[in-house]
Amino acid sequence: MAKSHSVWTSIRFWRQSAAWVTGFAVVLLILLTFDTMRQIKMGGKRVPSPSVINNHIDYKYSKKRGHEVPVIGDKEPFFGKQWSDEEAAALLHKGKLTSQAKNCMNCHTLLGNGAYYAPDLTKAWLDPKWKQMMPMVGAKTKEEAIAKFLQHPEMYPTHERRMPNLKITPDEAKALVAFLKHMSAIDTNGFPRGFSKGVKEFEAGGTYAH
Amino acid sequence: MLTSIKNNNLQFESQKLGLMYFRVALILFGAQLLMGLIAAIQFMYPEFLYGLFDFSVARMVHINALVVWMLYAMIGAVYYMLPDETGIEAVGIGLGKLAFWVLTAAVTVVVLVYIFIQIGPGKESTIWFINEGREYIEAPRWADIGIVVVVLIFYYNVFFTFMKGKKTGVMTVMVANLLALAGLYLAGMFFTDNISMDQYWWWWVIHLWVEATWEVFVGTLAAYALIKIIDAKREIVEMWLWIEVLMLFGSGILGLGHHYFWIGTPEYWWEIGALFSALEPVPLVAMFVHVLYDWGKEQGAHGDRPAIKNGPAMAWIVTNAFGNFLGAGIWGFFHTLPQVNIYTHGTQFTAAHGHLAFFGAYATILIGMMYLGVQGAYGVERMKATFKSKMAIFLITFGVLGMTVALTIAGYEQVLVERAELGGGWDAFFTAQALPWMKQAMTWRTIMGVVTFIGFVYLVLDLLTIGKESQKNS
Repeated sequence: MAKSHSVWTSIRFWRQSAAWVTGFAVVLLILLTFDTMRQIKMGGKRVPSPSVINNHIDYKYSKKRGHEVPVIGDKEPFFGKQWSDEEAAALLHKGKLTSQAKNCMNCHTLLGNGAYYAPDLTKAWLDPKWKQMMPMVGAKTKEEAIAKFLQHPEMYPTHERRMPNLKITPDEAKALVAFLKHMSAIDTNGFPRGFSKGVKEFEAGGTYAH
Repeated sequence: MLTSIKNNNLQFESQKLGLMYFRVALILFGAQLLMGLIAAIQFMYPEFLYGLFDFSVARMVHINALVVWMLYAMIGAVYYMLPDETGIEAVGIGLGKLAFWVLTAAVTVVVLVYIFIQIGPGKESTIWFINEGREYIEAPRWADIGIVVVVLIFYYNVFFTFMKGKKTGVMTVMVANLLALAGLYLAGMFFTDNISMDQYWWWWVIHLWVEATWEVFVGTLAAYALIKIIDAKREIVEMWLWIEVLMLFGSGILGLGHHYFWIGTPEYWWEIGALFSALEPVPLVAMFVHVLYDWGKEQGAHGDRPAIKNGPAMAWIVTNAFGNFLGAGIWGFFHTLPQVNIYTHGTQFTAAHGHLAFFGAYATILIGMMYLGVQGAYGVERMKATFKSKMAIFLITFGVLGMTVALTIAGYEQVLVERAELGGGWDAFFTAQALPWMKQAMTWRTIMGVVTFIGFVYLVLDLLTIGKESQKNS
């Protein structure tokens, strides 16, 4: 091939450009990763420490940010007690492990990632549904209701699609509830937006009620 | 394809090994489709196999078979092109063959454990021996380590063959890109209690595979295939390849930001993710233009001799150019901006994009490579499409497009009713799922899944017979 005179048809030019652009993108990604790691470490400002399970958690609209943010409130008992930092960390560890061992992510989404066969679990701890479930499963508190449901989901069908029995033990169920409560306290930049806002109309026999 | 196991025209052991990888890839492709059909039926009839083979299991095997068949076909494609590009045999072919059998045995064990054991107790041992419970990379840790060893052997073969033989631009890109592709797998091999951290690194594997290194891989395969099938000029093809690398990595690496909108990561990812992922379709347009341009240019440039040496392979590569742009580019862009994504994230919209993108960007070109392999194995000068080839490409493409349209409609409905109207909780989810619109969409998805599967049957039959038929006709 005759020697090219234009830079636009020079392989060397494009090869070097590709290397520079890729290098720049990689360096920027690494720098941003360092900053993100700092911001999302457990106990940082976006992902609370495991002991957040001892607090009341809410999800409120922030005018300043233009979306809902988790609001970490006063202390409240979790399974009837306050958990020390070590206990809370151990519980969360078991909960996260169980969420993987039971393959939650291949039906549900966590932080919006996973499969689309069952509800998103990002703010599941805050779901108004648990108030309805408490008398159904015979539980006095929300955490108890979730734990009981998780151990025998096949016994409490709420819709045509039922969660299967995944042989979740009482300890694993408790740990999973801690995992869900902790996840609901993560600052997800307002995802999901307007969480469960239509539920009141729904319960009152709104447009789409059965 | 089968009869070529013992008796074939391939000069190099490396290419024979490539064909072995293709055969397993095809079996896993079939498994992927069957599992997809089970999951699709469960969307319509939730009691189907309930408690025995639940949706989570079918879906896990569906997406794992997808990833693994594609990796098999990719490794196969590299072993196939290696001697063509470097001019020599792979340096460690014996080791390469051993790695193939080790990997295949490991994949078989992993799949059997997925199917029969499914889940384990909430302990580390489950993650080590049953499944890791992380979408797409569920393979237990022991298998992860095995995969790393096998990939090291594969990379050793590619790298040292490249160093010893001829160094083409196509192979230079391949060698550099494979290093990144293989290295990224390590980012998915650790456990953390912090779900945000977990998802951050999980996306390094998933995104930087499918939206960066896998795309460059496809560009490299397309470059090789165009030279091989239509005698495209190497200088032009390689220049395009570097432009593609520039644009794919320039947009795709930081495009990773579009997965960091809602997982606990800071707000600046909104802007970074939006900007770079909006640029991601640009190289896909370029790749599309490039393939059609080369095809048009070579057509008629050789007198009476037709430009295309392998009809079905070329058809699949053109489908790739179009499907990559449509599935990854357009369907990706649909929901990539955070203002839209806050509603579409984690809905059937993603599933629609996933189906068309994996098919358009990857399945197509890998099938094209299988046809190239068959042509080589039977030593056919010119391989023309048969009736079966045409049925395969038509039914599979039509089926996947149909599934995508159905899932897109399901996605719209879910986004508007579940998310925008009812706010995405438990009742919101099931209300949207129970609407007739969703049910219709899921029915059409299943029907189109069956169409895809019939196309797959044609594809297998064609790959098994086209070589011999072409030999007879020539």
